[in-house]
Amino acid sequence: MLRIDRRLIKNFDWITFSVVVIIALIGIMTIYSATRPLVEGMNSLFYMKQALWLLIGVLALFMMVSFDYIWLSRFSPYLYFVGIILLITVFILGKVGLGAQRWLSIGPISFQPSEIFKLIYIIMLSHQLGIMNSPISTISLFRLFLLIVFLPFILVIKQPDLGTGLIILVIFLSLILSKGLHRKITVLLVIIGLISLPFLGSILWEGLRDYQKSRLIAFLEPGVDPTGIGYHINQSKITVGSGKFFGKGYLNGTQGPFRFLPEKHTDFIFAVFAEEWGFLGSLLLLFLYIVLILRGLNTARNARDDFGRFLALGITFMFLTYFFVNVGMTLGIMPVVGIPLPFMSYGGTALLTNLLSVGLLINIRTRRFELFH
Amino acid sequence: MKKESEKILRISYIVIVLFLLLIMRLWQLQVLQGSKYRELSEVNRLRIIPIPAPRGILFDRNGIPLVKDSAYYCASIIYGEFDRSKTDLLSKVLNMPVEEILKKINKEGLSPFSPLRLKQGLTFNEVAYIESRRSDFPGLIIEVEASREYIYSGIGSHLIGYLGKLNPSQSKDPAFRDVPPDAFIGQRGAEMLFDKSLRGTHGERVIEVDSIGREIRLLNEKPPIKGEDIRLSLDINLQKEAEEAFGERAGALVAMKPDTGEILGLVSRPSFDPDLFAKGISYEEWIALTQDSKKPMLNRALQSQYPPGSTFKIITAIAALEEGLITPETKVECRGGINYGRWHFGCWREGGHGVMSLHRALVESCDVYFYEVGKRLGIDRIYDYASSFGLGKETGFQLVHERMGIIPNTKWKEEKKKQKWYLGETLNTAIGQGYVAVTPIQMAVMISAVANGGNLYRPTLMKDITPVLSGKVKARPETLEIVKRALSGVVNEPGGTGWAAKSELASICGKTGTAQVIAMRGGSRYQPERFRDHAWFVAFAPIEKPEIALSVFVEHGGHGGGAAAPIAKRAIEGYLKNAEINKQN
Repeated sequence: MLRIDRRLIKNFDWITFSVVVIIALIGIMTIYSATRPLVEGMNSLFYMKQALWLLIGVLALFMMVSFDYIWLSRFSPYLYFVGIILLITVFILGKVGLGAQRWLSIGPISFQPSEIFKLIYIIMLSHQLGIMNSPISTISLFRLFLLIVFLPFILVIKQPDLGTGLIILVIFLSLILSKGLHRKITVLLVIIGLISLPFLGSILWEGLRDYQKSRLIAFLEPGVDPTGIGYHINQSKITVGSGKFFGKGYLNGTQGPFRFLPEKHTDFIFAVFAEEWGFLGSLLLLFLYIVLILRGLNTARNARDDFGRFLALGITFMFLTYFFVNVGMTLGIMPVVGIPLPFMSYGGTALLTNLLSVGLLINIRTRRFELFH
Repeated sequence: MKKESEKILRISYIVIVLFLLLIMRLWQLQVLQGSKYRELSEVNRLRIIPIPAPRGILFDRNGIPLVKDSAYYCASIIYGEFDRSKTDLLSKVLNMPVEEILKKINKEGLSPFSPLRLKQGLTFNEVAYIESRRSDFPGLIIEVEASREYIYSGIGSHLIGYLGKLNPSQSKDPAFRDVPPDAFIGQRGAEMLFDKSLRGTHGERVIEVDSIGREIRLLNEKPPIKGEDIRLSLDINLQKEAEEAFGERAGALVAMKPDTGEILGLVSRPSFDPDLFAKGISYEEWIALTQDSKKPMLNRALQSQYPPGSTFKIITAIAALEEGLITPETKVECRGGINYGRWHFGCWREGGHGVMSLHRALVESCDVYFYEVGKRLGIDRIYDYASSFGLGKETGFQLVHERMGIIPNTKWKEEKKKQKWYLGETLNTAIGQGYVAVTPIQMAVMISAVANGGNLYRPTLMKDITPVLSGKVKARPETLEIVKRALSGVVNEPGGTGWAAKSELASICGKTGTAQVIAMRGGSRYQPERFRDHAWFVAFAPIEKPEIALSVFVEHGGHGGGAAAPIAKRAIEGYLKNAEINKQN
């Protein structure tokens, strides 16, 4: 027992751990700046809550490292079943309630099942890919899609949580491509994709809510109505750009606290950071994320088994997608999709899920030299 | 295994390219375009709010204020910040149906960050109530605007005018560049004529705001400069008397100071309520006003033209005297009419006036005398004299676009009607009927010239400015003296048609006129109102040193002596009484 513990500490991935904690601390600082009160007596507790979640998340992270990840592979079908039940519960409650329904409340704690579900989904998918032959046959690909991807995708899209739906698809595609497909199937998928694109496009368009449509329009033509639908994008660009090279300095940003920028402490947190820290600070932050992602890919490369490799890849792809779509949106090169920036955006469940995921990454890396039981 | 790690290595390269892409975009936004965005973020934070300047006050010639400034409150909502679940409660606080609020809030294309007006013209009590409940309604604000209150509401509306928002063509006009888009400016009457001086210079508050326009702190404040107060030539006392004298009847009155052209009073009835405009007139109200068959928006003093009737005999008399065609002693016998060709030209008194001199012909307004004089003059000479008195021409008073009237001559008839002039038409013109048409203000300028010894002054609304001489009449003072004595007789001698204007207060001189609506023997007294004749009266007083000259026109009033002369008398007395009191003080 003691022997294992010592090896665990010796092989623990301190780099990934510190990078993630530093990003999260920067996030808390930025949340404080973005929501700091301008009028006395109006205290905002967002940053305190986030700090608390970080503490809980770090403890959970260590828990995720403490056991051999291979157990997850064995329990994955049960996990997946529970995850789907949670999504269906939200879906039904969402029908009853009004508007977007993503939350479940259990006593005083409310959380977003779709956040936790992403991790469960990646575990399940990795488990399935791990036991499949490479390259994947058409039938097993089809079965995989129907059984694991399709149902949660529909449930999440209907919430409507476009961001999570996108992640589910992207992770599926990137993982089956990593697993390897027959060349014929790859070509077929591309052709089907290209042909159905216009249909899918119009079906998706019809299915979008009005605010989602206007976000897309605003992305394509931000000048349309600077105070209306183009507002988010324009204000975000102003916020980022006004930081210039050196930034306005910490707590000197005006766009966030003055409420020009909507969702400043959640989806647009990067803009607030870029305003205060400038190009230089943004570069540093990007560097931290590059380290996290390249390290995650490296963990996948060195994983001791297929399940670990796909798990590491899936988690890293999730971070990459979130990061790229979020920053791309903030910089006005992606449409506004409600996707948070991992580790920085305000949001307890997301931070917890992300730290749990990092825990798994570290788990895989720490046990890369261990033999099968 | 090896193949797989190579694949992941390739993914790493793609990731690095993606990051480079983001870094390039960051460089573009923060370094290449950084200055532009920095500037935009400054503008974002600062908002310049114009502070309307208090508008100058309009006074009458004796220093009595005609208008006062009052606050005008609106309840507005910043809809981006408003909690829609509180609509029901808001409807109670504003005392406004929920559907109406929803209709306004749900309008397409509204910017959620600028105030939306829900209810305008709140009373003070409503403001106090809303203010006390405001903390319950984030986004609800009270907007204050300066408004104009017309103290003599409905009196002198055409002259004083009203305020309105910039119309589309004005907002493009560089002359209004300094006017904030929501401000009220003078759109009619004196409010419009003197708008530039009355307006003042608006100040501004530079404040730091957040995106919903909530004020965070005041950075700079430039106080507004109040507009100039202006003293008009108007005598509100005269104006009030005159409007009351009109009662329900339609018509116009223009009173001037004969030796300066200062307008003492200007009536156009029916009138409108300027307060309707001060609070922002609704489309329905505006349509109702402009389509009203009584035409309350028409300034009859300048924009309606009618035959002058017998008041025109003043011109005919002066022309004949000046041309030497008659002397005061020239006699003509009136037997109730003359025949000319196939036509019979009747005198208004069917039995005839008997033998008439010029003096008595004016006093009793004998038509036959002036048929004879007109025949001797011919139309072109009548035209010359009428024109020299400013008839058929614009007076140059810029209150509203004025009509020119018509003084016909042979050339005019050839050009307009493609016909030659008939002598019978000369006879008609000599007594002010037929083609000839004048505006009440032209008649006021004409009678002023008679009273002041022959000077035509451009009418003005300003008190104590150098009079602008727009012409000299073609008449010597001696000629004018003869006519003036006759005009005194019209009012003061037995048998004078203007007896109804006779006053204890001053010796009023005047001339009655009746403009035919349809030709009818025996007058139109018993006809329905729309066929009844129009009544005219031109007058000045006192004869020794004229202080006031005026013209009165009553639409379908019947005979000039009966309908128009009493109004003139009341207006003149109102003015002279007031002037007397002011002199004593």
